[in-house]
Amino acid sequence: MGKTLYEKVWEAHEVRKLRNGQSQLFIDLHLLHEVTSPQAFGMLKDLGLRVRYPHRTFATVDHIVPTHDRTEPFADPLAQSMLEALRKNTLEHGITFFDLGSGNQGIVHVIGPQLGLTQPGMTIACGDSHTSTHGAFGAVAFGIGTSQVRDVLATQTIAAQKLKVRRINVEGRLAPGVYAKDVILHIIRHLGVKGGLGYAYEYGGSAVEAMDMESRMTLCNMSIEGGARVGYVNPDETTFRYLEGRPYSPKGAEWEEAKRRWLSFASDPDAPYDDVVTFQAEEIAPTVTWGITPGQAIPIDGRIPLLEELSPEERPVAEEALAYMGFRPGQPIKGVPVQVAFIGSCTNARLSDLREVARYLRGHRVKRGVRALVVPGSEWVAKKAEEEGIAEVFREAGFEWRNPGCSMCLAMNPDRLEGDELAASSSNRNYKGRMGSPRGRTVLMSPLMVAAAAVTGEIADAREVFGIGR
Amino acid sequence: MLEKFTLIRGRAVPLRGEDIDTDRIIPARFMKALTFEGLGQYLFYDERFDERGNPKPHPLNDPRYQGASLLLVESGFGSGSSREHAPQAIKRAGFKAIIGESFAEIFFGNATAIGLPCVSLAKEDLERLFQAVEKDPTLEIAVDLVAKEVRFADQVVPLTLREEAREALVEGLWDPIGELLQAGELLDAFDRKLPYPRRAE
Repeated sequence: MGKTLYEKVWEAHEVRKLRNGQSQLFIDLHLLHEVTSPQAFGMLKDLGLRVRYPHRTFATVDHIVPTHDRTEPFADPLAQSMLEALRKNTLEHGITFFDLGSGNQGIVHVIGPQLGLTQPGMTIACGDSHTSTHGAFGAVAFGIGTSQVRDVLATQTIAAQKLKVRRINVEGRLAPGVYAKDVILHIIRHLGVKGGLGYAYEYGGSAVEAMDMESRMTLCNMSIEGGARVGYVNPDETTFRYLEGRPYSPKGAEWEEAKRRWLSFASDPDAPYDDVVTFQAEEIAPTVTWGITPGQAIPIDGRIPLLEELSPEERPVAEEALAYMGFRPGQPIKGVPVQVAFIGSCTNARLSDLREVARYLRGHRVKRGVRALVVPGSEWVAKKAEEEGIAEVFREAGFEWRNPGCSMCLAMNPDRLEGDELAASSSNRNYKGRMGSPRGRTVLMSPLMVAAAAVTGEIADAREVFGIGR
Repeated sequence: MLEKFTLIRGRAVPLRGEDIDTDRIIPARFMKALTFEGLGQYLFYDERFDERGNPKPHPLNDPRYQGASLLLVESGFGSGSSREHAPQAIKRAGFKAIIGESFAEIFFGNATAIGLPCVSLAKEDLERLFQAVEKDPTLEIAVDLVAKEVRFADQVVPLTLREEAREALVEGLWDPIGELLQAGELLDAFDRKLPYPRRAE
């Protein structure tokens, strides 16, 4: 009987069994950011411990950085103190820190892959739930809490519980104007936000195999919104092509050896799964959320469900969502006015995301009254976008071109919604208050759909706005 | 020596709502801090207070539930962000355990690791408990992690809790750092064996 990648990676990293039956799991790569790490360094100090393997931890600053004016000290002294704490902690413990202006600062889940830190067969942990992103490379990557950040710093291990594995096949070809973001919103819509509890999601099938690495990252990124702590795609030639020549990728003879090793982690054809679900790519349309959980999503041509169309379990949250969003049951989502358009976040702020939007945005203008922002995922993405003329396309269209960070996705910096503003957003969470205003509203969608909303001033079908596939 | 969680008694606050995410439990702006100190006061802040800071109707603002030490929730509690700030805020607000139908994966692990048991009841049992508490906020509830049951009024209902977590809580092993450190040189062997990213010279 074959094994899944999850099983193989787990076996290669299980140090031993703990007394309560959990496993002590070795973490190959640990990523840090400024929000969930200072307390962990504090705990370490209280226990008189040091960072055991500093060569396995890398840090950057993303959540709290202003994207407009990054001159220090920041206007927000708390944000400044968090940056300084990370500088001090990484320096004191010999941890590599990709600081502002280093050329490599950015959203932690953008820079890991971009630098070649993220590699197949690894276990990767970070105090951030979207660590699942790194699974795109065939790594087992998951978010951890701050106490576990302490555990990894002190021992490079965590106490962990093995998950079940659900294989999710997406077969066929995605239609033009349909992206990985639509695929994952479609999957969560059907399997539910609790559907992944207790599971790792293995994505496969011809549509996933055809995806480039950055699309696979978008897909794996939102596994957590589907309740799965881990999401991954088996490594293949696409993975290797992406990794070759990156700063931290193996080189020369080591490269050939690494590829052989990485491929050996891929799930065997006869690997058993705890569950298998198959979706047809052709059935996936540009998908947008209408509510306050990422599972409350519909195709752009769809209508917000009537309460009687929902199961009794879904109704209370749907009612809460309708009241919060100010929507009526049965109302079309298309045509809802937007005040803010946000392209950014660890889900969709990579170079390919920006390239794809720029391809269609040329010659269009952001509608008067819409505040439109692009926040590139990293300093490297920003630089490349400038070089390729992409940044200029956005600026000419009336988007604000910002500096890299998490920005409005969770509004820990000055970028936020005001009052009950509605944002068309390429981020990952539409929770109440997520974008910084307790009454602010978020509609999740692909970056191109955000651009369509920006230029029309309402939720729109990007295929119509930009004449795609017609 | 860590506390052993065998029997937890107290009154409960009924907090209805499915899939309550960690952004609601503790809005991101309150994470701008270097420690977890004082987080308890921001628990469910945007649900409890309006934009001017005036209290809104919410079970946690309801005087009848003041002093309760058990948090009663529905299903999918703690979804979203991995922020340990969420269980930290609950614990620091004085809660000793959470009773619900189901919990998000990372939230459950974070809560367990700081000694905040999250126990699950069958949907019907949970609904009975909700109604009993809503009817009588002074109701005393016992969460018995050894007998694996929750007792209230004249009722005894079974609780479920992942065996590894239950064991860790009952035996006082919920903070794993001590045991993880004991692996000692075995860790060095793994560090030598498993590749890590290196920048080419």
